[in-house]
Amino acid sequence: MRFPAKTLSLAVASALVVFGCGKEAPPPPPPKAEQPPAPPPKPTLTVKIGHSAPLTGPQAHLGKDNENGARLAIEEANAKKLEIGGAMVTFEMIPEDDQADPKQGTTVAQKLIDAKVSGVVGHLNSGTTIPASKLYSDAGIPQISPSATNPKYTQQGFKTAFRVMANDEQQGKVLGDYATKQLAGKKIAIVDDRTAYGQGVADEFEKAAKAGGAAIVAREFTNDKATDFAAILTKIKSKKPDLVMYGGMDAQAGPMAQQLKKLGVKSKMIFADGGCTTEFHKLAGDAAEGHYCSLPGYPLDKMPGGKVFMEKYKAKFNVDIQLYAPYAYDAANVMIDAMKRANSVEPAKYLAELPKTAFDGVTAKITFDERGDVKDGAITLYQAKGGKWETLETIGGAAPAPAQPAAMSGMGAMTAAPAQPAAMGGMSGMTAAPTPAAAPAAAPAAPAEKK
Amino acid sequence: MDTFIQQIINGLVLGSIYALVALGYTMVYGILGLINFAHGEVVMIGALTALTVIKLLASSGLPGIVVVLIGLLAAIPVCMALGFTIERIAYRPLRNAPRLAPLITAIGVSIVLQQLAMIFWGRNYHAFPPILPTSGRDIGGAHITDVQIVIVLLAVAIMAGLMLLVNRTRLGRAMRATAENPQIAGLMGVNINVIISATFLIGSALAAVAGVMVSANYSIAHYHMGFILGLKAFTAAVLGGIGNLPGAMLGGVLLGLIESLGAGYIGDLTGGFLGSHYQDVFAFFVLILVLVFRPSGLMGEKLAERA
Repeated sequence: MRFPAKTLSLAVASALVVFGCGKEAPPPPPPKAEQPPAPPPKPTLTVKIGHSAPLTGPQAHLGKDNENGARLAIEEANAKKLEIGGAMVTFEMIPEDDQADPKQGTTVAQKLIDAKVSGVVGHLNSGTTIPASKLYSDAGIPQISPSATNPKYTQQGFKTAFRVMANDEQQGKVLGDYATKQLAGKKIAIVDDRTAYGQGVADEFEKAAKAGGAAIVAREFTNDKATDFAAILTKIKSKKPDLVMYGGMDAQAGPMAQQLKKLGVKSKMIFADGGCTTEFHKLAGDAAEGHYCSLPGYPLDKMPGGKVFMEKYKAKFNVDIQLYAPYAYDAANVMIDAMKRANSVEPAKYLAELPKTAFDGVTAKITFDERGDVKDGAITLYQAKGGKWETLETIGGAAPAPAQPAAMSGMGAMTAAPAQPAAMGGMSGMTAAPTPAAAPAAAPAAPAEKK
Repeated sequence: MDTFIQQIINGLVLGSIYALVALGYTMVYGILGLINFAHGEVVMIGALTALTVIKLLASSGLPGIVVVLIGLLAAIPVCMALGFTIERIAYRPLRNAPRLAPLITAIGVSIVLQQLAMIFWGRNYHAFPPILPTSGRDIGGAHITDVQIVIVLLAVAIMAGLMLLVNRTRLGRAMRATAENPQIAGLMGVNINVIISATFLIGSALAAVAGVMVSANYSIAHYHMGFILGLKAFTAAVLGGIGNLPGAMLGGVLLGLIESLGAGYIGDLTGGFLGSHYQDVFAFFVLILVLVFRPSGLMGEKLAERA
């Protein structure tokens, strides 16, 4: 047995190597600007903004999408010939590839710090954003993540950490409220995939559902590589739940919906952004009908600047928006906006302005709470009908509402699936459908861990 | 009670799939003493090849079963060619090398195949077109689909066929001789290269069948599916006694049942202290126990029956 044991451990080790990945996609950090020099001819100043996201590997398309979003914001700012602190400012983006790997994330973070960036937009994945945030915090460099949704990111007490997307806590709560109120769920079963994302969302959902008076009749677990859920679903079936909540990605949610149907369970599933993709429809087939999901933010067409952004993006890069580009765009703009208000590109100076942000972004009006999380967001709920996601309603939103806006949790979507925009029916589909429009295509290869 | 029966059915179906893949591991191990870690990837390539063909024909109007059969018939030669090539390139040159060397090439081949499949088929999950009947039967309140019934029956039939092949045919006799001692078998006129190639061909054909079953049952296939499946099947082979054909079947079914019942009841039995995420822990715990008391696996002693 010695032999097999060795092989096994080797195999496991290689598996770890293969699987290990996170997501991150930070935007470019603003440059460290020197203060406005002398008066004479307007001095010029180059401000470096770092951006980090996976540009290779399974999430490469999402990383590039984020980078494009941030790049668009920076090029627009340059075109405006901004004057900050008396100098003509030119922004320069430094794009880095963190491979969605937490280790690589910290390496890249150090590299950006050494390059003396003024700020960082990114990273894309929670898995890379969280470890990197410590380095940025130590260096005093502001970081705005467009898409990391794990609540931990902003709960570490770092003054430099911000995000422009609702976190999983907010989304889980909205889902839980919706399940117990609108859907009148009394008995709910919960399954999660034990990833930072899946577990996080499921736990928050559970709290909200319990507060709403529902009984959690089963709490089961799977993993983000599983395809067989027969055993846990059989157990769930015996508890006769009204709803089955799944915290995880569409690669599992799809087959799970199908296996539920095979077992003759009539209960509907409800899940967060990780499963809220067109890929879900593909994988679940006709078993997709009637299930619910949520995405942070408004559908792209309902975002304040969604249509315009979509057109600008398309014109500039000649590709469709994958998922988080509008958030990366907003993140970069929020950073530049803070520099303008502080009249300085010095991290220490404009950092003080960031918490006071009130920026009309493409995704929403962005304001931050004391932790650096985006305030007053919206979360939109969808139901699967006829092979696509139909918008049910948006909860929270512009007004000081309970829910959080727009952030799509990047991870989920990312890993999950290559969403395909095509799936949505015509235009209305596009607009209405959450995933498709907003997140057309992430096709991460491995069902990697989201966060 | 119906829940219990359902869990047994779940376990049987899962176990049959493990068993079918495990047969491929155990045949190669029986003859070469080599763990063919690329076997899981052969299963994956089989599944994706068949799926590609099936998708092409899905709208052709042919009955679903015929389409799946055509897909299977396309996948089998592809997998056989693949298995043959793997053996020639990665294992044969190392046949007399230390044991660790072919193990490492096996893992290397596995990674190469995975990456190639990723390049060729992309990173997306592929859905199995809904062309198979979804009807099923109810047994004591539990439900089993026709596809699942076919999986279980086919796994048993294939294992029986393999047993016949190994024990009742000339080729089987040569395989057993090679397993016992390749040098002596060679001296007795057995062309061991041919026998070993034949073993890989048969094992890979089984992998193709397993791949189609997995993707048909779960309606999903992707480039990474072979890894975990291979690992589980390998575990099943070790549990049953690697190198032993009925052992692979027994080990597979046992592993499936343990996982299914473990996931279904572990939470209730421990009052929620352990949840269904411990199902793999449970399975490996049983494996360790078996190996402590029967180091060569449940049925691993009958060396003469090695395939």
